[in-house]
Order: sequence, then C-alpha cells, then structure tokens
Amino acid sequence: MGKIIPNKNPMREQPPEERIKNFNEVPYGYSPEEAIAEAHRCLQCKKPLCVDGCPVEIDIPGFIGFIAEKKFKEGIVRLKEKNILPAICGRVCPQEEQCERECILGKKYEPVAIGRLERFLADWERENIEIEIPVLPKSTGKKVAVVGAGPAGITAAADLVRFGHTVEIFEALHEPGGVLVYGIPEFRLPKAIVFKEIDFLSKMGVRLHTDTVIGMIKSLDELLEEYDAIFLGTGAGLPWFMGIPGENLNRLYSANEYLTRANLMKAYLFPKYKTPIAKGKRVATVGGGNVAMDCARTALRLGAEESILIYRRAKEQMPARNEEIHHAEEEGVNFQLLTNPIAFHGENGWVKEAECIRMELGEPDDSGRRRPVPIDGSNIKIPVDIVIIAIGNSPNPLIPATTPDLEITRKETIVTDLQTGKTTKRGVFAGGDVATGAATVILAMGAGKTAAKGIHEYLTSGEW
Amino acid sequence: MVKILHKEHIVPNIHEFIVAAPDIAKKARAGQFVIVIPDKYAERIPITIADWDNEQGTISILFLEIGAGTQSLAALNTGDEIFSFTGPLGRSFEIKKYGTVGLVGGCYGIGAIYPLAKALKECGNKVVCYSEARSRFLLYWNEKLESVADEVRYSTTDGSLGSKGHSHDLLKENLESGEYYDMVFAVGCTYMMYKIAHTTKPYGINTIVSMNPVMIDGTGMCGACRLEVGGETKFACVDGPHFDGHKINWDIVLDRRKAYIEEEIISKERL
Ligand SMILES: Cc1cc2nc3c(=O)[nH]c(=O)nc-3n(C[C@H](O)[C@H](O)[C@H](O)COP(=O)(O)OP(=O)(O)OC[C@H]3O[C@@H](n4cnc5c(N)ncnc54)[C@H](O)[C@@H]3O)c2cc1C
Ligand SMILES: Cc1cc2nc3c(=O)[nH]c(=O)nc-3n(C[C@H](O)[C@H](O)[C@H](O)COP(=O)(O)OP(=O)(O)OC[C@H]3O[C@@H](n4cnc5c(N)ncnc54)[C@H](O)[C@@H]3O)c2cc1C
Ligand code: SF4
Ligand code: SF4
Ligand code: FES
Repeated sequence: MGKIIPNKNPMREQPPEERIKNFNEVPYGYSPEEAIAEAHRCLQCKKPLCVDGCPVEIDIPGFIGFIAEKKFKEGIVRLKEKNILPAICGRVCPQEEQCERECILGKKYEPVAIGRLERFLADWERENIEIEIPVLPKSTGKKVAVVGAGPAGITAAADLVRFGHTVEIFEALHEPGGVLVYGIPEFRLPKAIVFKEIDFLSKMGVRLHTDTVIGMIKSLDELLEEYDAIFLGTGAGLPWFMGIPGENLNRLYSANEYLTRANLMKAYLFPKYKTPIAKGKRVATVGGGNVAMDCARTALRLGAEESILIYRRAKEQMPARNEEIHHAEEEGVNFQLLTNPIAFHGENGWVKEAECIRMELGEPDDSGRRRPVPIDGSNIKIPVDIVIIAIGNSPNPLIPATTPDLEITRKETIVTDLQTGKTTKRGVFAGGDVATGAATVILAMGAGKTAAKGIHEYLTSGEW
Repeated sequence: MVKILHKEHIVPNIHEFIVAAPDIAKKARAGQFVIVIPDKYAERIPITIADWDNEQGTISILFLEIGAGTQSLAALNTGDEIFSFTGPLGRSFEIKKYGTVGLVGGCYGIGAIYPLAKALKECGNKVVCYSEARSRFLLYWNEKLESVADEVRYSTTDGSLGSKGHSHDLLKENLESGEYYDMVFAVGCTYMMYKIAHTTKPYGINTIVSMNPVMIDGTGMCGACRLEVGGETKFACVDGPHFDGHKINWDIVLDRRKAYIEEEIISKERL
C-alpha cells in the first residue's frame, strides 16, 4: 500500500451550461485508468467498515481489489453476488450516507468513490461482454407472483428464480422499472441501462406482464389460486398535495405527474412523442428531496428561464443527495430556503403566483431536525407559471383497498415483518416503499432480497 | 398488446373497436374504463368499456376522434395490435334497484350507458334512456339501447330525430311535467353532464356523472385527474370516475379542461 491519496479521482461531467440544454447523462463515468487509480486508494481493510454501510452488504474491498488488478470480469461477478442492479445503484445510491460514510478514509480524507467504481464495473460489463446468465437450479415446481416491477420487485424476482421457483411479474404501467423509469430522469439514470438490467431477468426466465393492475384485473385471492406466494413491491406512488388554496389550478403538477410526463411518456421529445408537458418561463418546485431536485432540473432542460426551489427548512436539512443539490446549484436552480407556500393564486384558472411565508428554525421535532416556524408577516409573492409539488408520496392504496384482510398502518404502508417480508395475509409478502414509505432504491432492493428468502423458506417448509 | 378483431366507423367521427382481451372481459363492470396507447409515441388515453363478452373474451370500446391521440388510435385497423391496453380501471357504477332511473348519454356516452342500462334493467329498475347528438345520423346503438331499456328518448340539435335541442332540455321538460326519477346517470362531454346536474338539482334527484378529466396512469399515481368533490380533492381514476354531480366543483373542472390547448394544437398539426 503506497501513500494515501486524500481526494477522490474526479469524474468528468457535462459542463452545466451545456447540460441544461439536453437530457443526456450528466457525469461521464470513470475510464479504466481512472477507475484503477481510484481503486488503489482503497486500503483493503481487514474489517471493512464500508460494508456495514451498504444495505445489501456488497463485498466492497473484494470488487475494488479486482478493479485495482484490472480484473474487471472477476470484479463484476463479485459485485453481482449481492446486487443485480449495480449500474443503477452506482448512480443513484445516497453513498454519502451509506457505504462511503463508513469508509475509513473518510475519517480524515475523502472516502473511496465506491459508487463510481460500482458504476464503472457495471458499465464496463454492459459495454464489453455478453452478460452471463447464471446456471439455475432444478425447478421447485412452485410459482410466485411478483406485483410491481420496481427495484424491490425486480430484486425479489431475480433471487426467486435463482432459488428455482417459477416467477411472473405483474406491472401496472406499460414499461417495467417503477420509479427508475417513470420518476428518475434520463439525465441521471439513462433508461437504456434500466431496460438492459431488466432484460437480464427475462433471460433468466422471468415472465413480465405489463399493463396489468393487480387489485383490478385480479385480486390477491385470485392470484393465490394460481401462485404459491405473492410478493408486493408496489411502491409509494400516491402523490401528496399541500392542502392549501389554489392547488387545483392549471399548470400545478404533482412531481409524479410532471416526471411521468417527462420520463415515462417522453414528453421532453414532444411532439415526436405526443404526451404534452407545460413549458414555463418561471417554474417553482416545492420540496427538498431528490424528487424536488429532479423536477427543478427537468424544468431547466425543458426551457425554464428561472427554476425556483421552495423549501421550508435550511439547506443542511434537505433530504436530497449532496450530489443532486450540488448539480442543481451548478445548473442555476434558485434556492428559496426557509420558505413555505401558503396559497397559489391564479388567473382564469392558470397558476400565476406562489404566495409564500418565510420560516425560521425552532426546536427539534420528532425527526430530530429543527422545526421550521413561520415568521409572521413575512409573506412574499413569487410570480410563476408552473408549480410542481414534490413534498412526498404514500403507498398506492389500490391493493389494500381491494384486499380487506391485508393490514395497513396509519401511514398506509402494508404491515410487514422486516425480517421475512411477511404481511398479515398468508402467502403474501411485501417490501420496498410500500412497506417502509418512500425510501431508496437500495433499501427497496434489500427488502426484495429479504422477502425472496422469506418466500423461499415458506415455500420449502410450508409453514407460515 | 391486444389485437383489434373488428373496427367499425359507426357514425362520422366515432369508431368502435372490438378487441381480444379475455382477462379484462372477465372482470369488466359497467362504468369501468381502459387506458389505451395506440402506438409507441402516443399518449395514454382513457376510454370507457362500452360492452364486453366474457365467452368470446372480447371487449368493445367507442371513441371520438378529436386530437392527436384518438387520431392515432383511429389509424389502426382490424388485425392490428394496440401497443398498450390496460384495464379494467376505475370503480363501476353502483348497480342496484333504485326504482325509476334516467340514463343520459351523449357522444361516446351513448355507448357507455348501454351496459349500465342492461345491468340496471336486470336488477328490476325501470330504465329510461336519453340519447343525444347534433343530428339523427350521429346517433348510434339505437336498437341496442332499445333492446335493454324500457324507453329511449332522442334529442337532436337540428330536430332531425326526437325532440329538438339537448337532452337536458328534454329532461327539464319531463321533470316540469311531473316525471320523477329515483336516480339519474349522465355520461358524455363535460358540458352535457354539467347541464344535467344543473337540471336535476332543483328536483333533488341524485345524479351521478362520469367524469373524464385528463389522465395519465389511471392508477392513482399522478394526480392529473384530480377533482374537487364536496370540498375534497378526489382522483377520478381510483375514487371515480363516477361522482355526485351536485357536489362537483364545476368551475375547476371546466378550467382544467383547457390545460393543454396549445400542445394539442401543435400535436395535431404534426399529424
Ligand atoms: C423522482 C424520484 C427520484 C428518486 N431518486 C432517488 C435516488 O437518487 N436514490 C435513491 O436511492 N432513491 C431515489 N428515489 C426513491 C426510489 O426510487 C424508491 O425508493 C424506489 O424506487 C422504491 O422501489 P419499489 O420497488 O419499492 O417501488 P417503485 O419503484 O415505486 O415500483 C413500484 C412499481 O409497482 C407498480 N405497481 C403499483 N401498483 C401496482 C398494482 N396494483 N399492480 C401492478 N403493479 C403495480 C408501479 O407501477 C411501479 O412500477 C427517488 C424517487 C423518485 C420518485
Ligand atoms: C374515464 C374516462 C373515460 C372516457 N371514455 C371515453 C370513451 O369511451 N370514448 C371517448 O371517445 N372518449 C372517452 N374519454 C375521453 C378521451 O379520453 C379523450 O377524448 C381523449 O383523451 C382525447 O385525446 P386526444 O389526444 O385525441 O385529444 P387531445 O388532443 O388531448 O384533446 C383534443 C380536445 O379534446 C379535449 N379533451 C382532452 N381530453 C379530454 C377528455 N378526457 N375528455 C373529453 N375531451 C377531452 C381537449 O380539451 C381538446 O379540446 C374518456 C375519458 C375518461 C377520463
Ligand atoms: S449498493 Fe449503494 S450502498 Fe451498497 S456499495 Fe453500492 S453504492 Fe454503496
Ligand atoms: S472502508 Fe474504505 S478503505 Fe476500507 S475497504 Fe472499505 S472502501 Fe476500502
Ligand atoms: S390518472 Fe394519474 S392519478 Fe388518476
């Protein structure tokens, strides 16, 4: 081991003034030389703390060691033992709160760029070698229905086929991928990558039924007549509004609607793709998470002259990944922090103004963050022609509404045993955002893995 | 993908497709809808299930050719595959014995009230249908409706069949002359449903309207279809599309209708 290099090898990216004019991915990824250099920064710890920070416990020093030795193929195999979607996680995991936060180097210097290395290997594999299909065990004769083709469902399905079960996925939309496809924009996660990863599943024999809304076309009880177990990975898709005056004005969107139009329906290629999306000069996004950053940055790319982000707390408390906040700032998003909308005003039905009140930070609340308190009389009016509400989502109520014996919590999440993925209904398992409320891709994947184990145990023991 | 088994141009500007969709046919109930994407580039278009045949495994849809989306749909022919076809979606009408029911249908709604009339009749209701169009040659499914309803009353703007004017004019006349309905259902263009709700209100007749806001996913995920009903925000795709016509905030509905006017024009010009 040579001298410690204090900083991460930088990753080249599109310059901000260029990239706000297109939907191409922002960072370019490491070249093999850059990846090898970065891999050499890793100390190959005997007790790697980084692994504790990864929800799916990837052998991080293991795959990084292979990169350092230029054995990319061995590296990707090691990586995929624990994570079948590395090209995605390498791009969207909040590494600074997970693996990289625990990395020993990070105590004094910058941590090893684990996410970038993960992305490098996955991209290298996709671009250079025919992806190998793992040898599957003999069929168990058991059939499992996976509902929802988001990261939780995809991961559960992949593990279940590898246990030898027959797996079919049912997805409500016309494309699989969940939020990866309808929510996270192209410039952050190219859809071709997501489809390639999903293609891997069908190569392993998983059958995918799109356009299939479970709860409507089939109830869970009807599915249980055909399948031995069910995994619910239906996500948290129901958008919240603020419940303040003016929210039904035209050109006021939920983040889901705005992003679904832009991503899933490809409205950014309008009019080649026919789904319209409003293009405004002054676009205000309300919220401070990844979703809000994605909306504010999408608005710029759709031609907004001013993309304003309205968030009621301070920057330090924003739930978005640092990288997203940084990218949004570079691109010129106008942050109106400690500011909260109290009403939207319109003209002939079209939104024209966001009336906001300034906030200050008071005592910490349940989440441990200092609670924002409105400052009396500090009202301001921000002229806008589009507003996007990105303040959160709760689980889609369709399945619980049509399955009375499935217990849900007060937050509308499905009651799920986190150790096994079991719900309160025999044969039905759940995981991901539908069980935890809106969280992250990697946690949804972790939940999919846990449930796959739980399902396998149930199917082999027959015991609930 | 589903296959179009039969396409018919039933009246100028309205097409009927019969498609092979056995799973949907098994589950369909009056008042539910499907979301259709005609081809890879098209929008997601909500369309009511106008009829279904569980034995044949088919469902029928009727649609008005208006903008770019429905034009791409109309461009498909018998034997073609529809890129994406999802359903059944939404809640069905509540089918039970009400007594005497009035069903009002205009444009695609004439087709949509057919399964409703059939189901309500089977439940023992007296069913009176009101079918309206601009002119006689734009009315369709007359015999079909007559075969299931106790009575079908026509109104045309030019007076070429039935009474001259709109169905709300005719309904108003009938109510004024002492007719009574235990329940009224209206399906068709927004303005027609608004007028019907307006007409029945003074008589205190419960009126269900089938709202048709802009939709995307149709599963409760985007909020595009939201309406204000009785002061609360509702998502038409999962909470509806049928709501109490007297509780709807019509001002908001009529404003939201025009949300994409400019884009609709661009998209149509490109075709
Ligand atoms: C805009 C945006 C940006 C984000 N950015 C990040 C990020 O940078 N990093 C990160 O880690 N996380 C991010 N997240 C969060 C992350 O995407 C989610 O936590 C994750 O996708 C949850 O996975 P899931 O499989 O539980 O659900 P989802 O991804 O929501 O997938 C659920 C799937 O189930 C389908 N479905 C729902 N109901 C039914 C039904 N009845 N029948 C059939 N199918 C059904 C849905 O159509 C959907 O495809 C972001 C989320 C959003 C919205
Ligand atoms: C639950 C539901 C059921 C429906 N059932 C049917 C049906 O059975 N048959 C049928 O023909 N149509 C039905 N509609 C309406 C249909 O979805 C629209 O006509 C269609 O989306 C218009 O798409 P377009 O691209 O052709 O037109 P656009 O270019 O989107 O619009 C052209 C014109 O139509 C108006 N328009 C847009 N959307 C709608 C709408 N949802 N309803 C009425 N006018 C609209 C616009 O304001 C514009 O003036 C239904 C809608 C809903 C929500
Ligand atoms: S999956 Fe996420 S948390 Fe785990 S090592 Fe990769 S980037 Fe880090
Ligand atoms: S903690 Fe950091 S230095 Fe140690 S093995 Fe993990 S990545 Fe390498
Ligand atoms: S159409 Fe998206 S929520 Fe109703």
